[in-house]
Amino acid sequence: MLVIKNLHANIDGKEILKGLSLTINKGEIHAIMGPNGSGKSTLSSVITGHPAFEVTHGTIEFNGTDLLELAPEERANEGIFLSFQYPVEIPGVSMVNFMRSAINEQRKYRNEPAISATDFLRLMREKKELVEMDSKLTNRAVNEGFSGGEKKKNEIFQMAMLEPKLAILDETDSGLDIDALRIVANGVNKLKSPENATVVITHYQRLLDYITPDFVHVLYDGKIVKSGGKELALELEARGYDWIKQEVEA
Amino acid sequence: MEQQYIDLYKAHRGMIKEHAAAVMNASRDEAFARFARLGFPTTKIENYKYTELKPSLEVDYGLNFRRLDFPVDPYQAFQCDVPGIDSFLYFVVNDGFYPETDDRNKELPEGVIICSMKEASEKYPELVATYYGKQSGKKDDGLVAFNGAFAQDGFFMYVPKNVELPRPVQLINIMRSDVDFMANSHDLIIIEENAKAQLLVCDHTQDDVRFLANRVTEVFVGEYATYDHYKLENTHNRMTNLMTLLIDQQASSNVISNVITLHNGVTRNTIEVALNGKHCETEVCGMVIADKNQTVDNFTSVLHNMPECHSDELFKYVLDDVSKGAFTGRLFVEKDAQKTRAYQTNRNILLHPSAKMRTKPQLEIFADDVKCSHGATIGQLDDNALFYMRSRGIPYNEARLLLMNAFMADVLEYIRIFALRDRMKMLVEKRLRGELSKCEGCVICQ
Repeated sequence: MLVIKNLHANIDGKEILKGLSLTINKGEIHAIMGPNGSGKSTLSSVITGHPAFEVTHGTIEFNGTDLLELAPEERANEGIFLSFQYPVEIPGVSMVNFMRSAINEQRKYRNEPAISATDFLRLMREKKELVEMDSKLTNRAVNEGFSGGEKKKNEIFQMAMLEPKLAILDETDSGLDIDALRIVANGVNKLKSPENATVVITHYQRLLDYITPDFVHVLYDGKIVKSGGKELALELEARGYDWIKQEVEA
Repeated sequence: MEQQYIDLYKAHRGMIKEHAAAVMNASRDEAFARFARLGFPTTKIENYKYTELKPSLEVDYGLNFRRLDFPVDPYQAFQCDVPGIDSFLYFVVNDGFYPETDDRNKELPEGVIICSMKEASEKYPELVATYYGKQSGKKDDGLVAFNGAFAQDGFFMYVPKNVELPRPVQLINIMRSDVDFMANSHDLIIIEENAKAQLLVCDHTQDDVRFLANRVTEVFVGEYATYDHYKLENTHNRMTNLMTLLIDQQASSNVISNVITLHNGVTRNTIEVALNGKHCETEVCGMVIADKNQTVDNFTSVLHNMPECHSDELFKYVLDDVSKGAFTGRLFVEKDAQKTRAYQTNRNILLHPSAKMRTKPQLEIFADDVKCSHGATIGQLDDNALFYMRSRGIPYNEARLLLMNAFMADVLEYIRIFALRDRMKMLVEKRLRGELSKCEGCVICQ
């Protein structure tokens, strides 16, 4: 589904990704771990097309399409979704308008007619239940005045609405209490199917207790330096990252 | 520049007066003397620093002192951008009140008078004389003085004590001429004690020539009265629109003024609200959407002359290309105006590096027990919000539109006619998309 080869990327002239390669197939859950500043969030920004990052070398293919040629909105409509580490507040734009625009753009992209008002409301209700989101939140402006937990739930709600092929969860667990973590993880698990894939970026093993990864990768200094099964996450939890840094530098 | 108008006045003084509303003649020579002394405002004058009027004033405009009719039937020729508003509808073509009125206008409540200034000063000379020039006559402003010398007619509206208008009044100003043309008009609006009225003024241009309109509107709002003044400009790029709106509020009155510039050439709005009784409430709002080389200057003053009044001011601008915006928010709180609450906000978005905005809050507070605040910002659309929306599949241009519409939304909340508010939302969106329906003369704007 997603094939990244020898990816190099800069921000403000500083190289962050230094030859990263990664292959993700449908039906898989990948966890990407790594110390602060290793390039985890940069990876998610580059995949989704954030204009601040410049790809200097390498390729990203998504279901055979050259992703780097596409604008962020086209990537989204191809089925890529990013749950933001820091969801953005957009005063004045209501959740309803925002979601309806997103859904209809996706439909337009697939040459489908716009969604009817009743279907849209039904869809909203269904998906809100899935993430146990307070009904009132969708009557407000996007993320405006939401608590940290509400913002993260709102990300998973949007993911549920858009049903992406590839979902990237960028530190979705940060700032969540245990209950919110469970709800968010449940949401992700319910949306899981053999047809889609998930990338979980996290610092902690904790989220992986709820979302079980098929593969765990360690990102360090802009490259994936170690890959393994879910047991690798447990080892990292127990031993930290120093031993990996030493391995790399040896 | 001034000299030709000084000569013109001296040569045609008799003709101007002969065809004008009598009440307006009483102070005409005095206004002319003031204009001869002041001249047209230049950028050297602090209050006009950000609007260069010279290129607009240098044009050789025609004037219509003889009050000849212009061949136009506004009911036929004119498709207003705000249809479906159930209103009492009136037209002013250039500076002349269009005589034929809708049959539905006969449904005005008893005692309400809406007509031309000329007719009003013939039929109700005392009423008109009581109010005419009471605010504008004191202004040391070249444009107001010019208007006092040359304006011969205008729109008159009188709502007597305790009367509430069942529908808004809509006044459509149309500029119509085959040659470059100037119109001067003086409107007088009187809302008596405990009366209630809403007025929507729409400014339009019909022909592809250069126009200049210099309009002065005096509004008197009595005790406990409620008045809404909405002004919507949708004119072409060769229009120079100079408006002076003067509002006198008596005790416990409530007023909204909302001045919206959707499409224009060069616009200068001078808005002054004087709170002359206790417990007045006033909301002074406006928005500007400008692109190409459009220029809009909103110069506002809120005068807290009496205690315990509340004013809210909100102006927002979205400027693209090489357009220029200016905002001045003058707020005076007199020494005795204790317990004043006055809030002012001006927020501006520049879409292009060449667009310019000047903003100046100017608060002068002489009382010591007041609550006042002001804020002015100039910035760009939020890149993070744009990327967030794009990452959900919303294209760049749509995302920008959503943000701009959201930015303007709170100004539209200050419209108390719901049908108008909905219509304005739509017009603002169309304007931001660059799809605003063009009046005939607007072919040149594209």
